[in-house]
Amino acid sequence: MNWSEFFSMGGYGLYVWGSYLTALLVLGGEVVLLMRRKKSLRKRSNHDSQ
Amino acid sequence: MNWYKYASPSAFYPLAGKMIPWFAIPATILFAVGLYIGFFVAPTDFQQGDAYRIMFIHVPAAWMGMFLYVLMAFYAGLGWAFNARLSSMMASSLAITGALFTFISLVTGAFWGKPTWGTWWVWDARMTSTLILLFLYVGFISLQSAIDDPRRADRAGAVLALVGVINVPIIYFSVQWWNTLHQGATIRILNKPTVAPPMLAAMLILLAACWLYSIAVVLIRLRCIILEREQNAVWLAEGAI
Repeated sequence: MNWSEFFSMGGYGLYVWGSYLTALLVLGGEVVLLMRRKKSLRKRSNHDSQ
Repeated sequence: MNWYKYASPSAFYPLAGKMIPWFAIPATILFAVGLYIGFFVAPTDFQQGDAYRIMFIHVPAAWMGMFLYVLMAFYAGLGWAFNARLSSMMASSLAITGALFTFISLVTGAFWGKPTWGTWWVWDARMTSTLILLFLYVGFISLQSAIDDPRRADRAGAVLALVGVINVPIIYFSVQWWNTLHQGATIRILNKPTVAPPMLAAMLILLAACWLYSIAVVLIRLRCIILEREQNAVWLAEGAI
């Protein structure tokens, strides 16, 4: 299989990759922000209990 | 086993922590498998070309947007009716993930519509009702964050969530009730599906991945909400985390 052919998606590359990139950014962003929220909460509760 | 025990946030907190990897790891595997089938096994569609591959993420995202709304309304209602804090926290946690999936379904729908219909957006019944779904989620989230007292915020959110649940069957049946540009259902429970097996497999595997992802993320957020709201509870000081 040819990779440039794969990325062009038969001329629909912009739409196909745009869709998957959006999904990746939104769900990946959700996970990253959630991990940060968790980390800062954990830090705070450790601080409180000392 | 006494399940009622887990209705208390302090008892549920460690249990949720143990459950998360059982959803997060299979979700990652199924995302990889589903995308592999969707891009390398499923053949190019003879009518839509490769643009149809957007459906592998669009359809699961749209379904998740609807499912999670119903689940959110259910938990919000339960929390209101039985004064169960954990249920209300669950509803708040579901709202964000549901809103994000609805957003993904709208954006990917536009990316599909442009090459296929020649337009990013039309005010068609299904698309309009899906946009209303996003507004309901955003309304629920902003209403809750605007009220300082958490239990009052829960009750107000529950009213909004339960009234808005009427929109979900409207989205689902919109393609039958109105003459929409959006096509009808491709996958029906009672009929034979009208798509090729690898296409169907990619879609269903990604749907399962989205479900598992949602459960994992919602549980992680639920734990954060428990910590934020009940930080003064004794059990935290006792080192339950």
